[in-house]
Amino acid sequence: MVITRDKVLEWIKRYADLLAENRDYLTQLDAAIGDADHGANMDRGFKAVLSKMPEIADKDIGTILKTVGMTLLATVGGAGGPLYGTLFLQAGMKTTGKMELTLEDWINALEAGITGVKNRGKAELGDKTMIDALVPAWNALKQAAENGSNLGEALDRCARAAEEGMKATIPLVARKGRASYLGERSAGHQDPGATSSYLMLRAAAEVWRDA
Amino acid sequence: MKKLINKPEDVVREELEGMALAHPDLIRVHFDPNYVVRVDAPVKGKVGVLSGGGSGHEPMHGGLVGIGMLDAACPGAVFTSPTPDQMLEATKAINGGAGVLHIVKNYTGDIMNFEMAADLARAEGIEVESVIIDDDVAVQDSLYTAGRRGVGSTVLAEKLCGAAAEQGRSLKEVADVCRKVKDWGRSMGMALTSCTVPHVGRPTFDLPEDEMEIGIGIHGEPGRTRMKLKPADEIVEMLMEPIIKDIPYKPGDEVLLFVNGMGGTPLIELYIVYRKAHQIATQHGLKVVRNLIGSYITSLEMAGTSITLLKMDEDMIKLWDAPVKTPGLRWGM
Ligand SMILES: Nc1ncnc2c1ncn2[C@@H]1O[C@H](COP(=O)(O)OP(=O)(O)O)[C@@H](O)[C@H]1O
Ligand SMILES: [Mg+2]
Repeated sequence: MVITRDKVLEWIKRYADLLAENRDYLTQLDAAIGDADHGANMDRGFKAVLSKMPEIADKDIGTILKTVGMTLLATVGGAGGPLYGTLFLQAGMKTTGKMELTLEDWINALEAGITGVKNRGKAELGDKTMIDALVPAWNALKQAAENGSNLGEALDRCARAAEEGMKATIPLVARKGRASYLGERSAGHQDPGATSSYLMLRAAAEVWRDA
Repeated sequence: MKKLINKPEDVVREELEGMALAHPDLIRVHFDPNYVVRVDAPVKGKVGVLSGGGSGHEPMHGGLVGIGMLDAACPGAVFTSPTPDQMLEATKAINGGAGVLHIVKNYTGDIMNFEMAADLARAEGIEVESVIIDDDVAVQDSLYTAGRRGVGSTVLAEKLCGAAAEQGRSLKEVADVCRKVKDWGRSMGMALTSCTVPHVGRPTFDLPEDEMEIGIGIHGEPGRTRMKLKPADEIVEMLMEPIIKDIPYKPGDEVLLFVNGMGGTPLIELYIVYRKAHQIATQHGLKVVRNLIGSYITSLEMAGTSITLLKMDEDMIKLWDAPVKTPGLRWGM
């Protein structure tokens, strides 16, 4: 029950595909409370990541994740670039030299990534950001592992918690990011960043379920 | 979508290519990473002044690069902040040994990307100061939010800091000018129409023919409130009152009054706005000693206006009057 390097590559590819499929949807969400670019930004970033994949396919997981982070930093821009860039860079630091990940390794890597996002963006739970999907998802992952769930179950719980967290952003009034400029008018809309974070964890659950 | 473009993904690159062909006497354009830089950069011993932001606000920032204003500008994708590698390369390209000022508009993305770039530049031994412009009174300021947006004052900061750098002032002194603009400038904007981001293909929001958005930013985002369209004078009152109330003006103060077009509003209307804004400022005892009227910080083809008031002192007036030669703003040379 481990996540191999090839599975990590597959996850990144699956996430890139999901972002491409949901590009217009994410942009629509961002049009309602932001500036209509989140889908285009993430898609541009992960297209660049895909073009780097051949170079990194034989590297360790840490190097792969760090390369994804650096590529996102240089190609996404906006708030999403530094935040997702930091998430992947930090997760990469935690997995340096590893050729496979146990559930525990993944819990630690994701935690490092989320801590990086918090440090960079200073958002708290309930501010209507990607943090609202990531933090409950990580908590569910950790809880599942402590309860002795297997990898597949734990990843499913994680993705489902991310989905709930994403939906729970709808009534919130944004306190961080561009949506905060709308004040009360930001309520009633789902946060685009929380949505792209859910897609990331859903991709992991889909691809690693049967690892 | 009806636009004079070829392909949405080529918009920024082709615009930059056009600028490079149009203004070889003033600027150079560097691609991958993208930045516009003053033709004679780095100017030895002079503080470099850098700004950047999403594209779609032209002439800001690339069109404000030249003598007496910005040394370089980093354009992002349309309405998307540029990335740290662009900012780092531009910072290096304009570092004449006296350090570089980053003029940053207060948006989460811009701040985070500029922060990372400043860290990287410092790690390479370049002195960097950053000043964050956050002048939009439409947004309530609060410790717990992202704070106010950076809008019209940015253009004024770029002019004044560029002039100060041209005079050979130190990095700290140039940054002090920027901080003064940050403290003494206030803005508010409104939209008559939305705008269409090329890669999206349809307007960011729908605005019925008889309605307007008050308190918009510069990214085609909806504003704080939507209401029925009113005559120009009433709209100007709605923009001017919050600006004047917000501090730091008092009767007798000298101000610069900047009436900005959002991209799709003709000059004829901007003068109607200026007329009323000038009257209101005067009624409050403010003395309008300088002005700027035109579309300088835009939101693609959005129709609408923003008004900026900047309190001026003697030094700032001199810096304002100093010669400037950029594609978008020129006088005195
Ligand atoms: N300070 C922050 N901390 C965490 N996430 C944030 C923060 N600010 C914004 N976000 C996330 O970024 C998303 C917007 O990303 P994007 O549209 O790519 O950037 P921008 O807002 O610069 O256009 C938001 O939906 C939100 O989830
Ligand atoms: Mg956005």
